[in-house]
Amino acid sequence: MPFIPHTQEDTKTMLDDIGELSIEALFDEIPEDLRNGQLHATPEGMSEMAMLRLMNERARQDVVQMSFLGAGAYEHHIPGAVWELASRGEFMTAYTPYQAEASQGTLQLIYEFQTMMTRLTAMDVSNASVYEGATALAEAMLMAVRANKKSRSKRLLCAGNVHPRYLQTCRTIITNQQIDIQEIPWRQDRGLLDHGYLDGMQGEDFAGLVIASPNFFGGLEDVDYLTDWAHEQGMLVIGVVNPTALGILRPPGEWGDAGADIVVGDGQPLGIPVASGGPYLGYMCCRAAIVRQMPGRIVGRTVDLDGKEGFTLTLQAREQHIRRARATSNICTNQGLLVTAASIYMSLLGDQGLYSVAARCHHNTALLAKKVLALGNVSLRFPEPFFHEVVFELPKPAADVLAGMSRQQILGGYDLGLFDNRLENCLLVNVTETKTGGDIEQFVQSLAHALE
Amino acid sequence: MLIFELGNRDRSARAQYEADEPVTDIPEVYLRSEPAGLPEVSELQTVRHFTSLSRRNFSIDGQFYPLGSCTMKYNPRGAHRAASLPGFLNRHPLAPENHSQGFMACLYELQEYLKDVSGMSAVSLTPMAGAQGEFAGVAMIRAYHDKNRDDERSEILIPNAAHGTNPATAVMCGYRVREVPVTRDGDVDIAELKDAVGPQTAGLMMTNPSTCGVFDRRVQEIATIVHQAGGLLYYDGANMNAILGKVKPGDMGFDVLHLNLHKTFATPHGGGGPGSGPIGVGEKLQPFIPTPVVGLRRVNDKDFYYWLDEGDIPDSIGCLSAFMGNAGILLRAYAYARMLGREGMHRVGEYATLNANYLAVQLRKAGFQLAYPDRRAAHEFVVTLSRESRELGVNAMDFAKRLLDYGYHAPTTYFPLLIPECLLIEPTETESREEIDGFVQAMASILREAKEDPDMVRSAPHTMPVKRLDDVKAARELDLSFTSD
Repeated sequence: MPFIPHTQEDTKTMLDDIGELSIEALFDEIPEDLRNGQLHATPEGMSEMAMLRLMNERARQDVVQMSFLGAGAYEHHIPGAVWELASRGEFMTAYTPYQAEASQGTLQLIYEFQTMMTRLTAMDVSNASVYEGATALAEAMLMAVRANKKSRSKRLLCAGNVHPRYLQTCRTIITNQQIDIQEIPWRQDRGLLDHGYLDGMQGEDFAGLVIASPNFFGGLEDVDYLTDWAHEQGMLVIGVVNPTALGILRPPGEWGDAGADIVVGDGQPLGIPVASGGPYLGYMCCRAAIVRQMPGRIVGRTVDLDGKEGFTLTLQAREQHIRRARATSNICTNQGLLVTAASIYMSLLGDQGLYSVAARCHHNTALLAKKVLALGNVSLRFPEPFFHEVVFELPKPAADVLAGMSRQQILGGYDLGLFDNRLENCLLVNVTETKTGGDIEQFVQSLAHALE
Repeated sequence: MLIFELGNRDRSARAQYEADEPVTDIPEVYLRSEPAGLPEVSELQTVRHFTSLSRRNFSIDGQFYPLGSCTMKYNPRGAHRAASLPGFLNRHPLAPENHSQGFMACLYELQEYLKDVSGMSAVSLTPMAGAQGEFAGVAMIRAYHDKNRDDERSEILIPNAAHGTNPATAVMCGYRVREVPVTRDGDVDIAELKDAVGPQTAGLMMTNPSTCGVFDRRVQEIATIVHQAGGLLYYDGANMNAILGKVKPGDMGFDVLHLNLHKTFATPHGGGGPGSGPIGVGEKLQPFIPTPVVGLRRVNDKDFYYWLDEGDIPDSIGCLSAFMGNAGILLRAYAYARMLGREGMHRVGEYATLNANYLAVQLRKAGFQLAYPDRRAAHEFVVTLSRESRELGVNAMDFAKRLLDYGYHAPTTYFPLLIPECLLIEPTETESREEIDGFVQAMASILREAKEDPDMVRSAPHTMPVKRLDDVKAARELDLSFTSD
């Protein structure tokens, strides 16, 4: 029997000890008319070998082309050690570290992860992660409403150029609590937030302002102006940032005079494969003053009975298993395994490595842009600076161009017409450090061909 | 030692990146002026550090883990291998449908299997954990009442034995929570339920078998009472392992449920995540199901799998993440389901129940008191140590900590909240009789120690990397990240 170790003898002995003749008797408290678990759609079982044969066929069926598609999930080199270590059973098959004495490995690792994330973002504290980037933003919005004592509104301003699915996810999650999200439009000429629109919001009561930089188009916002403006209005600032970008970009803790108040993003670029969308990890950092409004698990360093250093889950009075209906969130997951991978990744790269990866992504994107512009019939939709994604304006719909490139085995990017019909001819392209000069040349030729 | 303390300026794992030209074409105002302060260690130092951390953990691979309501069963390595095939790992979440037929076929079939085991008419795989599945389910209940312009319904009923996520979820969906007591034998108190329902009732959230480790015998009556009041029923699938292949929640009268694939479908817990919490719905709630869902149609006489999105499901509560959910976990669950097959799934509930009842009987023989001695155990059961606590001064936490010294992970302690000094124990079907017997011997031995040398038990554990930790200090003097000065 797959994964059930009982011999017939075991089963009989155990039933004897219980004092029953059959396993069925153990279900005798369940009303008889309910005991009809017959399965019809589920096929018969198979061996591991047969299952792997099937899964190999399925995996081979999926066409993985050379990819210049980012839009929230980025292909990076993942050092071999990352998943070799993260897949150790001691990490992979452990539970949430409630029994601290038997979970010091996971707990110390989370403490180290929290340290890395606070250093990367220049924020005071980090939690142990939430599901992924979009849900991290939703939790940050809820947190801002709870934490902003100056604001009486349940309204937030959110950049219209944040990842569109992040915004949709936030609407799904927070509108049930009668919290309203007002979108800030982006400028058609620059792709950046319209500061003029904010002037019109002067004096209005909002709990927070969400800024994405790099934004969905890969562009860099004037984060100092936006942060200072929001703070003058009594709003909390929520930054949404790709962690790879923080290898070169100024961290959100240093935005404006006072820095952002909450910072979130998806940790996928830190050693996690794109893998069809998950599992990833959502990171979440904040200023020390509002840590008690932070959702999710947090690990603290303390001492044991002998005064020896150790690690434990802390501030649990915020959480659902203690606080129940008064918890900060219903969340009881941190993406432990992904946190493990990301921590190993950041340890292997260090400051120099992350700088180099981020710089190479940027240089590659700039090189690709230069070559594409040289084609003559393609332009940059929005001006520089960009990080590692760029928007091209094509002479025809991006969907058609993508189909053409696909025939040459290239996944050419994201069709921005899906995001905004004014951008029907626009293609969002991401280039990471995984691409060589030859790969970039291949992209350009394929694009040229698709445009013919 | 922390990884930051191993470091040496300018050291790093140089094989992992190519040193690159500085960035000069982005104006300086956007750029970082100081390095962040990530660890500065070699590759071997990194490997040793994390290997050594891994050794300071209990895990299913290492220890028996009878953690009630968490279903810590064996996580098959074959499923891990299947989900780690390059074709799956390298597939971008936004890759076109015609490049993704293998992946989507797996998900579509998994949807079908989950419908089969739950007795529901549609499944969405997108929730990334049980708590998110709960959220989606209660948000759908809300969307249903809103659609019917039935906006007086403001309350969710929850038995007081429920998981903490249930009330927290109800509040996230904008509802008030009203608790319903359970009777002395662990079933929901029907009289109290009848008093509690009314035009304000949006629904009821319930786990069955409950966290008391017993199957609520009057679940159909409960469903009728709530339905007659106009409410809907949510099934928290945390304890589905007890009845997999035996009883379908849809048959009990539930309108919506989530399943924890990281419990019932044997995907690894990863030290706290990732999970996966697909939801199933009956026909009433099908229009509100979260997106995306995998659909199947015939194109040129061939099966073609495609994504159903907001456009296809206009009343959907919406999406729950940037992409489709925890795809890698879904693939593991699918691989597990294929290996088990129909017959294997029937056996899961059977042997999980056999193991729990056997362990309960053996512990009773060893002198322990069951919280519900007259009931059948489901896949888990509750032991109360209130007598030991009273007479010996050794409480449930002391037993839990001492078990660690014996090489067993502690059961769930002090939950459900309504039973004093309790241990909630769930052996799962993948443990052998010998392993269970060993656990019983350890418990018996601790009971002897509690009589002979209670101080030793009270100060356990003695063999772990640390002794009991000062949680008060941890919360008062917050030290949440390392500073090197």
